[in-house]
Amino acid sequence: MDVFLTQILNGLDKGSAYALIALGLTLIFGTLGVVNFAHGALFMIGAFCSVFLQRLLNLSYETVDPTKTDFLGNPAVIKTPYVESWFGPEMGAAIIDWSVPLAVLFAIPIMIAIGFIMERGLIKHFYKREHADQILVTFGLAIVLQEVIKAVYGANPIQTPAPDALSGVAVLAEGVVYPVWRIVYFFFSVVVIGAVFAFLQFTTFGMVVRAGMADRETVGLLGIDIDKRFTLMFGLAAAVAGLAGVMYGPINAPNYHMGMDFLVLSFVVVVVGGMGSLPGAVAAGFLLGILESFASMTAVTDIIPGINQIIIYLVAIIILLVRPRGLMGRKGVME
Amino acid sequence: MLGLGKKDASLLLVVVALTMLAPFILNPFPSDSGMAQFNAGYPDLMQRFVIFGIFAIGFNILFGLTGYLSFGHAAFLGVGSYSAVWMFKLLSMNILPAIILSVIIAGLFSLLIGWVSLRRTGIYFSILTLAFAQMSFALAYSVLTPLTNGETGLQVTLDDPRILGVSATADGSIPVTNLFGLEMRSAYDMIVGPWTFTFSVGYYVCAIVMIAAFYLSIRIFRSPFGMMLRAIKSNQTRMNYTGLNPKPYTLAAFVISGMYAGLAGGLMASMDPLAGAERMQWTASGEVVLMTILGGVGTLIGPILGAGMIKYFENIFSKINDGVLHTWFSFLPDGIENFMVAVIHPFVGKGWHLTLGLIFMLVVTFLPGGLVEGGQRIAKALRKKDKDDDGKSPSTEPAE
Repeated sequence: MDVFLTQILNGLDKGSAYALIALGLTLIFGTLGVVNFAHGALFMIGAFCSVFLQRLLNLSYETVDPTKTDFLGNPAVIKTPYVESWFGPEMGAAIIDWSVPLAVLFAIPIMIAIGFIMERGLIKHFYKREHADQILVTFGLAIVLQEVIKAVYGANPIQTPAPDALSGVAVLAEGVVYPVWRIVYFFFSVVVIGAVFAFLQFTTFGMVVRAGMADRETVGLLGIDIDKRFTLMFGLAAAVAGLAGVMYGPINAPNYHMGMDFLVLSFVVVVVGGMGSLPGAVAAGFLLGILESFASMTAVTDIIPGINQIIIYLVAIIILLVRPRGLMGRKGVME
Repeated sequence: MLGLGKKDASLLLVVVALTMLAPFILNPFPSDSGMAQFNAGYPDLMQRFVIFGIFAIGFNILFGLTGYLSFGHAAFLGVGSYSAVWMFKLLSMNILPAIILSVIIAGLFSLLIGWVSLRRTGIYFSILTLAFAQMSFALAYSVLTPLTNGETGLQVTLDDPRILGVSATADGSIPVTNLFGLEMRSAYDMIVGPWTFTFSVGYYVCAIVMIAAFYLSIRIFRSPFGMMLRAIKSNQTRMNYTGLNPKPYTLAAFVISGMYAGLAGGLMASMDPLAGAERMQWTASGEVVLMTILGGVGTLIGPILGAGMIKYFENIFSKINDGVLHTWFSFLPDGIENFMVAVIHPFVGKGWHLTLGLIFMLVVTFLPGGLVEGGQRIAKALRKKDKDDDGKSPSTEPAE
């Protein structure tokens, strides 16, 4: 039973990252009809937003303390971060400690801006071209973004630790111990997903976007500039991917190719959920996450060795062959 | 000639000449000069040019003719490599049976994957092939370790049986790959003044195989079969209406291109008897896509050009470090020199992938036909200019 619970938690946790990325991919595909291979790169840039903020907060000035000496006998140099001198030592330390959650606020405008620039600067020109061309140009863009980050931050992973208060483990039940941050990640993703759905469901803007997803031409005929709204949706999708990346930092130290690793999986998730279906993407994300974690139980791998490595792909292949439109895909959309 | 039209025959001759004279062409700089690092005429790199050329030619038969974008072709290359190394381990170090086996195994493997994947088109096909390739990669790394030797990669060792050959040579080392006694790594150095030209057996074997592969691809392009594939690309629905079933044709194209990939994998293992799972990763599949697009999709010569260009950049561009840059710009004042070096630095050396990504994006955006289309446009522009000159010349003559 304990094992069972742990696996479900593991699955929800993996699934929340898949679901967030797949949600963004589906937003872009459903609104703009573009297959975005650079989405993994957006996830990675999000993670590096928190690296950037962490570095920024740790900017410090040096003072020489003549009363102490370091191990070489020279006067000790003490580094004081600027935030500590501005907000007082306790408050400053707390701000630095909470840099990852703070990076969430910091990343939203940046990611929206990046998404906006990407759409206006590049992807706009590819609406009328084949899907193959869209895949290729975004694939190229993914390489470029990844290399830019590599040039700036180097090839090694950079730790972005969670705040001390949230970095321990929680005892959930007798014998079930689970890292707190992973639980936080799950709830965070639920909140983000809920927010996106609420935005689309309960605002006029969201209503117009949904109408545009269903029938772009008619919305255009009603005198609404749907392209402008879709551009904003691209920004929103980028922000969702970025947030997923920011919060993922403490689980896995950000490195420049983390996006590529997630990209393939999240495409599979989108296909399983149904191209263009938002609830499908989220459901498939959690479903595949749970499936994957159950497949990696030793009881299962003893029977079918290696199943944990391929289960997601296997499920995707079966789904694509027996139900081409995916779990919740609308009839006739990219079937 | 050989059943080719005049234009194709001359293209083939050009390719033959280029590949045969490659040790000269790729070594334009004397070996003691500062520019020697731009020489690409060493066997290892030349072999990679032609092997990836074969890979890209095969990929182009699928993507260029039918328009099906496969993101999993590296799996076939990997399978080819593994089967070739197994042949070296079990049978003999002769490369011929190894290459034949790798082509057959890759063909069977691609038949299986193609049969499933080709039920869907467009983006779904891409994702299916991607999923299959990632599956093979994951399996090669984990469960299939007895077959693939996992992370270490499959190698030939001293205690392999090698039924038709010897397990170890007389002096106790691992025998080298050969073609009926002709050792792949043997080479002949020709020294002409300051130049050193290396003629490697391995390179010429690969080059001859590539020429054969290129000839075959020309024949496929010009055959009724190739015409059918093009029909699938331009309008599959209409093809269905005329009562033709596209599936056997696409499957045949898929298997052929899979066999090309297997051939490339087998050759790669023949040059260096080693096979690792990373050859099957999807980024490796992405690389062949880059090569084909960069050179020119659906053109005959394009994939070879693309493969050569990317492999050249990978090896030569990545060698340019700050020291080299400083010597290039040493004629400038110090401040500007440092500035120029700082500007160019991210694009060369370890950052050459950035340049590659940028070039690739530019090509996809502005030059969908790749280098070949670029060449054609330039040629056209020049011809037009000539004509304009002819046309205008009377009017520009001063009236007398």
